[in-house]
Amino acid sequence: MSSSHYLLRKFAFALLTIFIVILINFVLFRVLPGDPVRAVIGRNVKISAEVQQSLREQFGLDKPVFPDQFLMTMKQWASGNLGVSWSLRRPVAEILWSKLWNTILLIGLGQILSIVFGVVLGLLAGWKRKTALDAAALTFSLIAWATPTFWLGIILLAAGSTWLGLPTGGILSPQNVGKPLHTVLPDLAAHLVLPTLTLTILYLGEYMLIMRSSIVETLSEDYILTAKAKGLSQWQILWRHALKNAMLPIVTIIALNLGFTVSGAIYIETVFSYDGLGKLFQTALTKQDYPLLQGAFLLLAVSVILANMLADILYTLLDPRVKSS
Amino acid sequence: MTEPEPLLSVRHLTTLFEVNRKTYACALEDVSFDVYPYQTVGLVGESGCGKSTTLLSILRLLPPNARLSGQVFFKGVDLLSLSEQQMRAYRWKELALIFQSAMNALNPVLRVDEQILEAILLHRLMPREQARQRVHELLDLVGIAPQRGRQYPFQFSGGMRQRAMIAMALACSPSLLFADEPTTALDVMIQAQVLELLKDIQKKLGLAIVLVTHDLGVVAELCDQVVVLYGGKVVESGSVDQIYNSPQHPYTQKLLESFPDLHHPSSTLASIPGTPPRLTELPPGCRFEPRCFARFDRCRHEAPPLRQVAEKHYAACHLLEGKSPNAGSI
Ligand SMILES: Nc1ncnc2c1ncn2[C@@H]1O[C@H](COP(=O)(O)OP(=O)(O)OP(=O)(O)O)[C@@H](O)[C@H]1O
Ligand code: SF4
Ligand SMILES: [Mg+2]
Repeated sequence: MSSSHYLLRKFAFALLTIFIVILINFVLFRVLPGDPVRAVIGRNVKISAEVQQSLREQFGLDKPVFPDQFLMTMKQWASGNLGVSWSLRRPVAEILWSKLWNTILLIGLGQILSIVFGVVLGLLAGWKRKTALDAAALTFSLIAWATPTFWLGIILLAAGSTWLGLPTGGILSPQNVGKPLHTVLPDLAAHLVLPTLTLTILYLGEYMLIMRSSIVETLSEDYILTAKAKGLSQWQILWRHALKNAMLPIVTIIALNLGFTVSGAIYIETVFSYDGLGKLFQTALTKQDYPLLQGAFLLLAVSVILANMLADILYTLLDPRVKSS
Repeated sequence: MTEPEPLLSVRHLTTLFEVNRKTYACALEDVSFDVYPYQTVGLVGESGCGKSTTLLSILRLLPPNARLSGQVFFKGVDLLSLSEQQMRAYRWKELALIFQSAMNALNPVLRVDEQILEAILLHRLMPREQARQRVHELLDLVGIAPQRGRQYPFQFSGGMRQRAMIAMALACSPSLLFADEPTTALDVMIQAQVLELLKDIQKKLGLAIVLVTHDLGVVAELCDQVVVLYGGKVVESGSVDQIYNSPQHPYTQKLLESFPDLHHPSSTLASIPGTPPRLTELPPGCRFEPRCFARFDRCRHEAPPLRQVAEKHYAACHLLEGKSPNAGSI
């Protein structure tokens, strides 16, 4: 089978999965307890039956769930309308969109740094196996991997703000909010240091360990001995013959991790009061803001599915064997 | 007519593997043999007797826990005394290697022709365009349609992969080719084809081959000289004719008996009872003593030296003392 064929099938599968997720999402929020009208108005406000009724009509809640409500919801979602947040009184799509960029900035930085350092460190550790460098890298990674996000975040926050005078939270200092981006870059960077560092340390351990075991395994393969027998130097063997094979497992992990960007942001954004999707979800959960949660779930699911598809595409590009199996 | 110089002269090659801080496994001890230009030398012996280790020691491709001593003269240069950098220039250009399993000997994510091309370009033998042409010729030579070079190893059958390996081994026109059980992973029909190919190529290109194999039938058919290894030592070496028609060492005799006779396929197989010694606790005397039908007292305490028993025929057994024409040893 050709690779375009293969990718087309993967794409179709991803679309189908997204559709199923949408379905589940729709059903889930109909069976959850709680009266939407009450939630909008507030629990203790007395309102007349007529007002309640008109609100129901306004939200389409007087119609049967299936097919009317379902079709209406699908039509809305298809046009990018994810409803209105009960607690923030603004369109869900607009809220998600504005927070998404903050999160991508933070998690993206953390991921890029941890990938670069993790892969390089793992490569060196596995290549120079059983040396002091290997032992040190291994110990560090195991500890980093086992450390809870919250704990590490708080320790770094305390240390960084006390000794280095770094900001304790947020994205920008209050006086800088709303100013043009290029004038506030130093302030933004200062705010990003600690959460990015926390994320980098946390992910680095995983990447390093996987890369290390992958390169160790690859270097024991017969084709590496062939490469050595051909007269290639150690670097040439590593670069031309080992790297591509050893990168296969890590590429998958990276792509899959990207899918968990949004959910992974919850802890870190909470610790650092960082104004992104993670913090937004936490708010939506505590306030039982169903439309917001629904939109958030949809975003979560779609990002996981897209990440899976990305993993497939990358794998196909790297490993010629995938296409035929 | 003067004797030709040997292409490869292995002298007192000893290979130890460091198992842990105090223990060494003695995989090869005092191994000596010669390979002359255009000859095929068969390296035979039971599994674990050090055949692959011999080849990898010569090419210095063993893992870091290996300790080598002795000399390996190739065209007069002791390979063991070269720096790693100098050694790299010899690999593949002068001494190429084909392994046991062609399955994984080719890199799965690189196209076959690129892997062959790499060897030619690495040793700077010719410009890229010409090298590409050469890859075509090589594939053609081993019976692979040159267009198929664009494919990946997984798209090849086992036999084709081994052919591709052979094409790659020939890429730099080496003067010596090591083939470590090149056909064991293949089915019988394909085995015969690959061996035929090796024979052909040797005739056409006139290179010397060291062939490691379990199959004494293959040795009889392809080789000029035979080296028999047991427990990391050479127990006998000589021409095919000498080894098959007048084996001197009890181990060689048993090995030949245990091999189904090509002329009398119905004769029963006599396998040698017992197993080869453990490399970390080798017997102090003759290594074959625990299994030898002809052993006597002396064999337990004293290791027999390799003695010359006839012109270019050597064997290591106490029984042969005094039998040799001029009692020389190497
Ligand atoms: N890196 C190593 N460390 C320790 N021992 C080793 C190492 N490599 C090989 N050996 C040992 O050296 C001995 C000789 O192995 P070798 O692979 O040369 O045997 P062989 O004759 O090629 O056997 P086979 O026919 O099974 O391929 C074996 O007992 C093996 O266990
Ligand atoms: S030296 Fe002794 S034990 Fe060894 S092969 Fe000869 S007879 Fe047998
Ligand atoms: Mg072997």
